[in-house]
Amino acid sequence: MKTYTFTEKKDTRSGFGAGMAELGRTNPDVVALCADLVASLKLDAFIKENPERFIQCGIAEANMIGVAAGLTLSGLIPFATTFANFGSSRVYDQIRQAVAYSGKNVKICVSHAGLTLGEDGATHQILEDIGMMKSLPGMTVINPCDFNQTKAATIAIADYEGPVYLRFGRPVVPNFTPADQVFEIGKAVVLNEGPDVSIFATGHLVWQALEAGKLLAEQGIEAEIINIHTIKPLDKEAILQSVRKTGCAVTAEEHQMNGGLGDSVAQVLSLNYPAPLDMVAVNDSFGESGTPEQLMEKYGLTAASIVAKVLSVIQRKNK
Amino acid sequence: MKTDELKKVASQVRRDIVRMVHGVASGHPGGSLGCTDLLVSLYFQTMNLKTDDSDSVVFDMSGTGEDMFFLSNGHISPVLYSVLARRGYFPVSELATFRKLDSRLQGHPATAEHLPGIRIASGSLGQGLSAAAGAAYGKKIRKDNHRVYCLMGDGEQQEGQIWEAAAFIPHRKLDNLIAIIDFNGQQIDGPTDVVLNNRDLGAKYEAFGWKVLHMDGNDMDDVVTTLAKAHAAGGKGVPVCIIMKTEMGQGVDFMMHTHKWHGTAPNNEQLTAALAQLDETLGDY
Repeated sequence: MKTYTFTEKKDTRSGFGAGMAELGRTNPDVVALCADLVASLKLDAFIKENPERFIQCGIAEANMIGVAAGLTLSGLIPFATTFANFGSSRVYDQIRQAVAYSGKNVKICVSHAGLTLGEDGATHQILEDIGMMKSLPGMTVINPCDFNQTKAATIAIADYEGPVYLRFGRPVVPNFTPADQVFEIGKAVVLNEGPDVSIFATGHLVWQALEAGKLLAEQGIEAEIINIHTIKPLDKEAILQSVRKTGCAVTAEEHQMNGGLGDSVAQVLSLNYPAPLDMVAVNDSFGESGTPEQLMEKYGLTAASIVAKVLSVIQRKNK
Repeated sequence: MKTDELKKVASQVRRDIVRMVHGVASGHPGGSLGCTDLLVSLYFQTMNLKTDDSDSVVFDMSGTGEDMFFLSNGHISPVLYSVLARRGYFPVSELATFRKLDSRLQGHPATAEHLPGIRIASGSLGQGLSAAAGAAYGKKIRKDNHRVYCLMGDGEQQEGQIWEAAAFIPHRKLDNLIAIIDFNGQQIDGPTDVVLNNRDLGAKYEAFGWKVLHMDGNDMDDVVTTLAKAHAAGGKGVPVCIIMKTEMGQGVDFMMHTHKWHGTAPNNEQLTAALAQLDETLGDY
């Protein structure tokens, strides 16, 4: 098992803020919009340096999406920002008609996704957004794993022409990916090679997958661990190439099992290379109030859960 | 263009509308007929549109350096398609494909088929004013001194998003935006004040910070004059909203004074009766 180290835990939303600050300096077409959550989205630096390119929309997310779509006509690149709940389910019809169907170059960038939003509880803990967004034709869906990757993804999507849903979160997590990485949309990242099982993880669960890899190595199991930062378009080749070698797979994500990364991987495997598969995800349930750690533990989104599912799929493979 | 000429175009557009809707036995003639005079005035008189050396209109998605129009109540697509075709954005013959398979003239306006003149999809109501606000904001950022027009329905004013945009636009001083409400008092399920009363729309927009004008949307002279007044009122820090009184079904007697022709196509006999009331001024498609 390859060793990954980190010097600091940081929040992915700050990676977004750092990416926006850099875009503010390098790309004069980038415009930021926000629905009364500037501090939560870490937009302070962008706004301070580019006040004329920041549009405060107030608590009116539907209008924000429409305004963003209209701004693209002038060749501007709007980054519409809010919490993941309010940037997906609340404005699904607006995103569908004004952004996706209309093919507009809008970047919907959302924080506080999933259970790790914590104490605010289930009203704000969106666990269905990946499913909604990946269902939209032409929508790119990205869920990076740490500060550095979120920053790199933020910068990368400005150069990509088309609608993007960029999802990140609130808590601090190990910042282990390289600061100088080039983010390739739709290109999975192999973090560890191994012959026994494929672990496909996204977002905050990528670090948990690495922790699981260490625990499995202690039992003599070498896992192939792949960071699927882009859920759509999905890197089908990377998934098939890995499972053809390992013969079984586990997915891990901070999202509902219905509609998430697990769903997407299951589709690829069942259509191309059926193999034992299990999923670490929230199983048809809303979240609740609690600390991020407590919630991830209670809903089984941990390294230990990944290990248990891995042992199960390996057993099924060997039957 | 002189008012008499505009009226001739409007008559042809009304013929196109009823023929298009009849041709596919679906679509929305009522609101289309009511808004015909407005769209003819906008595209043939009011708006500053990009043209080439031979004075033909040229469409580019950005709308840079020209006025722009957004149709929020996308179901009145027949009037928009007819006016765009008659203005030269695409061949008039293409109107015969309205709502049919593989057509660029979708039931509700869309960009996916690349129909010249359409910049964003509309149909799910309440969204156009926000898109127009973004377009107007973009013109401000790019220092492009042109206007953005947005037409909405009065029933559409029941959508919550309209009021998000109605607050945003004056707050951001988008004085290059002119909103127009088709005040025909009808919606699918009946009179608007019975279905869900909008109360005094003019007072509401004024309270939100708009300059409000009123016009008779079926009097071409009033339309031309009021649109010019709205244009002149721009650039002073306040957006303009025009409450446009129209008659749904205007120009075809049996389609007027009722909500029943909101989304109903005429049969053969009704088509004949309608066309008998509308002069063929520019030649049918």
